[in-house]
Amino acid sequence: MTKQLMRGSHVIAEAATRAGCRFYAGYPITPQNEVPEYMSQRFAKLEDATFIQAESELAAINMVMGASMAGVRAMTSSSSPGISLKQEGISYMAGMELPAVVVNTMRGGPGLGNIAPTQQDYFQATRGGGHGGYRTIVVAPCSGQELVTLTIKAFDLADTYRMTVVLLGDGLMGQMMEPVTFPDPIDPATLPKKDWVLDGARDRDSRLIASLILDPVKMEQFNWKLARKYAAICERETQYESYLLDDAVLAVVAFGTAARIAKGAVNRVRKAGVKAGLFRPITLWPFPGKELRALTRTIKHMLVFEMNFGQMVEDVKISVGEQAAVHFHGRPGGIISTPHEIADAITKVMYRME
Amino acid sequence: MGMTKTIFSGFGGQGVLMMGYVLATSGMYEDKHVTYLPSYGAEVRGGTANCTITVSDEPIASPVASFPDFAVLMNTPSLMRFEGRIKPGGTIFLNSDMVELRPKRPDIQVVAIPVNSIADRLGNARGANMVMIGALVQKTGLVSLKSVIKSAKSIFEKKGSKVHRMNTLAIKEGAAFVDGELQA
Repeated sequence: MTKQLMRGSHVIAEAATRAGCRFYAGYPITPQNEVPEYMSQRFAKLEDATFIQAESELAAINMVMGASMAGVRAMTSSSSPGISLKQEGISYMAGMELPAVVVNTMRGGPGLGNIAPTQQDYFQATRGGGHGGYRTIVVAPCSGQELVTLTIKAFDLADTYRMTVVLLGDGLMGQMMEPVTFPDPIDPATLPKKDWVLDGARDRDSRLIASLILDPVKMEQFNWKLARKYAAICERETQYESYLLDDAVLAVVAFGTAARIAKGAVNRVRKAGVKAGLFRPITLWPFPGKELRALTRTIKHMLVFEMNFGQMVEDVKISVGEQAAVHFHGRPGGIISTPHEIADAITKVMYRME
Repeated sequence: MGMTKTIFSGFGGQGVLMMGYVLATSGMYEDKHVTYLPSYGAEVRGGTANCTITVSDEPIASPVASFPDFAVLMNTPSLMRFEGRIKPGGTIFLNSDMVELRPKRPDIQVVAIPVNSIADRLGNARGANMVMIGALVQKTGLVSLKSVIKSAKSIFEKKGSKVHRMNTLAIKEGAAFVDGELQA
């Protein structure tokens, strides 16, 4: 397959289609309007696909809920304020164990904020986001090509675990064009059959999918079931990238766009002989904490860099405990740090070490 | 040539984003790492547009250019906005038909090209941006002229053979203008 220069939002939409997604509902918001834009054209050419520009974010997530119940691979996308509106639906889907992919192209907040790239929704994404103590798997791409692989993976994970998977990008990921290649499309008919969907009860017993469980004993049983599922995901599904960590004395920990900038900073300080490396969580939940803790055998300083004022840094602190000093550098509100700025932050930590 | 960043800026309608797209596609054809980052904010609605293209032999960390090596400036507001940000030793490519001011900085080069006049002479008023991209790559060697012509083909051929032919001509004229400047 040849390389194509494509905008991140278009890449997500094409990858979703190739992953067998056949239902999309969304409501416009910058900086991710190119996702529905592309989906509307792409789905128009498919016999078995449905695109709906919903009347609101709430409507969109509830349409996704219905499509998911019927067994189709379904997706919605939005940006931070719109994702807040979808949280009720995401919680209900957790309560019904329905698979879905939700794309959040993060922008500056809180409130309506702005449309610049940030990572200010880390807490919201990794802690479930809505009520009821559920989890969503969260994947964080940092390049056009990773938008392809992680979008496809998101659909597989959603079906495997019957839950929402959040693809957490930002305005920069959504707007930037990079060369990408796509794998061959998956025929939805070849996907594993779902034995729980509502597709008409002829010749079988009827099924019930609901999140209302009034009996506290049954509700507790259901919650423990979720807890076991989440524990299994933490065992199996963490994904991360290590870069130049073998001889490093300092690890920069960053995800998504920030990790990309941090990698540039690491390359920069390496040229000056500074032994820094990069640890990039690709799954933010489950967080690759065990792997990060293992690094503390040789690395005693972690510099967390985020495009917010400190969220993932809490997971890093939980992971490494007293085994390493955790430093933080952040820029909230839509400022894109330069590799130079992060290189300075690394150098400052290095001076404080010894 | 390592990593180079180029900013394209002008009014909406001057083909600023298309220039960036052509350059990025050309870099991709040469198997280089490329990123294309457009402005997408309220500024787009306000009439000015800009985009940043990085072309690199190495993977690209940040697609943002704090200090671009090259700036292609199609109107006066763009010059006012970006002159101060060009890397020392960098080059401004100026649309001299639209910009009367000249940069004041002594540490940057300026290539002034009357791209609108050249495009008008070719009977392709909308091709001023292609004249500019031809001049840019001929002067800088960011990518080869051949790659630019190839990427223009991939983009414009579907809009009809005339559009494609006229734009190819515009690219070559831009390159020829720079060659003439070099000899002069």
